[in-house]
Amino acid sequence: MDGFATALTPTNLFFAALGVLLGTAVGVLPGIGPAMTVALLLPVTYNVSPESAIIMFAGIYYGGMYGGSTTSILLNTPGESSSVITALEGNKMAKSGRAAQALATAAIGSFVAGTIGTVLLVVLAPTVADLVVQLGDPSYFAIMVLALAAVTLALGASKLRGLISLFLGLTIALVGTATGQARLTFDQPLLADGIDLVVVAVAIFAIGEALWVAAHLRRRPLDIIPVGKPWMSREDWGRSWRPWLRGTAFGFPFGALPAGGAEVPTFLSYVTERKLTKRPEEFGKGAIEGVAGPEAANNASAAGTLVPLLAIGLPTTATAGVILLALQGYGIQPGPQLFDTEPVLVWGLLASLFVANTLLLVLNLPLAPVWAKLLQIPRPYLYAGILFFASLGAYSVNFQSFDLALLLVMGVLGLAMRRFALPVLPLLVGVILGPRLEEQLTRALAISQGDVSTLWSEPVAVAVYLVLGLLLAAIAANALRRRPESLPAAMRQDAPADVMER
Amino acid sequence: MTTVIERPNIDSAPRRVVDTAQYGLAAFLVLVGGYTLYDASTLHDGFADQPVQPYAVPYVVGAVLTLLGMLLAVATWRGDVPQAEEGEDVDLTGGSDWATVAKLGGVLVLNIVLIDWLGWAITGAMLFAGCAWALGSRTPVRDVALGAALSLGTWYGFYAGLGIPIPAGILDGVL
Repeated sequence: MDGFATALTPTNLFFAALGVLLGTAVGVLPGIGPAMTVALLLPVTYNVSPESAIIMFAGIYYGGMYGGSTTSILLNTPGESSSVITALEGNKMAKSGRAAQALATAAIGSFVAGTIGTVLLVVLAPTVADLVVQLGDPSYFAIMVLALAAVTLALGASKLRGLISLFLGLTIALVGTATGQARLTFDQPLLADGIDLVVVAVAIFAIGEALWVAAHLRRRPLDIIPVGKPWMSREDWGRSWRPWLRGTAFGFPFGALPAGGAEVPTFLSYVTERKLTKRPEEFGKGAIEGVAGPEAANNASAAGTLVPLLAIGLPTTATAGVILLALQGYGIQPGPQLFDTEPVLVWGLLASLFVANTLLLVLNLPLAPVWAKLLQIPRPYLYAGILFFASLGAYSVNFQSFDLALLLVMGVLGLAMRRFALPVLPLLVGVILGPRLEEQLTRALAISQGDVSTLWSEPVAVAVYLVLGLLLAAIAANALRRRPESLPAAMRQDAPADVMER
Repeated sequence: MTTVIERPNIDSAPRRVVDTAQYGLAAFLVLVGGYTLYDASTLHDGFADQPVQPYAVPYVVGAVLTLLGMLLAVATWRGDVPQAEEGEDVDLTGGSDWATVAKLGGVLVLNIVLIDWLGWAITGAMLFAGCAWALGSRTPVRDVALGAALSLGTWYGFYAGLGIPIPAGILDGVL
């Protein structure tokens, strides 16, 4: 309850509202996702108190999840990978004149799922943290290895590309003198402190994306379906509430898993609703259940993501990764001790999630027509603006043109990653967890005085390695089963999933 | 695993398609991996209380990256084609417009070169107007005006609102 005292101060209320509005706007705007927005705001927020900044970021995260659905429904072009499924039925609804109902069920479903998800988060995160805090370095090391493997191998269809991305991230993380000796610094004193993670995040998300879009800019305008004020009839309510709850049940656990994300639960929710519906004939033509379920699922998964982030310090989505960077920027190390060392921050954040959720509902139902107008912003200005703010963000960290050069180099890497379908998440997680992995290993071995067997001396560590082994075995078995197929088919399976998380 | 969206069957052609550019990526990975290995070999033994030598992790990362580069080359040769990322404003049906990307790169480089001398208030405006021009805007006066408003606004916003004094460059004393 003390958390609400933090969350409801006028300042923090303002930042929560700002976050929700920004998040929805960037969710709606093409080319910008919540991860990019948080990355762009990182330098600015170092002068705001950590509580306010984190509260704003949480608002952006929830708002972005919701905003993505607007483009899915009105344009048939999902803004975020988590809203791909929403487009299937949502756009059909909009085309048959039911855009208002589709937006309403998305907004209310997001609210319901977000609220339930946050309750589960409040209950679970401290419990998980209490368990994790008792673990030794070997177990912690094992959990991080599992998280890296899961993020890399379980998401996206191409394991090779996931691994390439992960090891590029680990290489970037090597730069610097953290171990006492200069590694990969090219004798550049400016690289002695390592590559600033803010620069990496901004470059990969903002510069890479803007350059990639520039290379393929759509020359013809998109058809936008006009929309009025969202509302729902009694029947729509009746058809929506069960999918909301089921979507929440899918979304939260997947979000909490190391490689969960929002893509799988939204898909599962869609399939389930199609199976359970009393009106199967409407599916494919605009069934409201097909919007309600997946939209609830993606917001619930956003809440679930915060469990490993707060309780273990593991980011499982790109946005969570960038939020973790923000916390580290304040010198706060997320992890099991967080609940003891920063109670005001954590409980304020959790309370503000409820506030953000309510604001989201209150603001977005009446504002939907305004959001739709955002889609008409001239593209040269939109992307010029992204490049402008990305440069400003990178420059304002140290006022060095060297950082801008680094930004450009990393941005070209981001462009290449999009061209060659390398997923962004493993790279980001590699950059963040790489140094911590080395540190954890060093600590474990220092305690055991160099005895390597300490790594599997704890039961939790052994259990985690077993899970890892099962995961690898399952992947290998899958690969073997696919082998006999014809070459083109095998090639297609090698291609990664269509939309990577930004 | 998440391939649920229908996608046009781009690789339905019976012939093997080779994405030659991907060899470049493979070569880049081998290069980076190789350099990481070389760099690791120049490191000395760490302190006595350092159970993990400073070169241990770089050796592993460099070796794996080199290996992955080679695997990518093999996969490319066997006809692996990347599924490029889609998005709202991305139209993959046409070819790639690398000229626009080059222009944007030029504008960004210009910003890097000039920012220490001219300061953000000037180069920021140039950056915005230049990028808008590269992306197809043909209203230079409005673009420059917008850019100037943005760069001045952010300069004063950072200075007054956030307490971050961005170097003023040539305009030192004017702003």
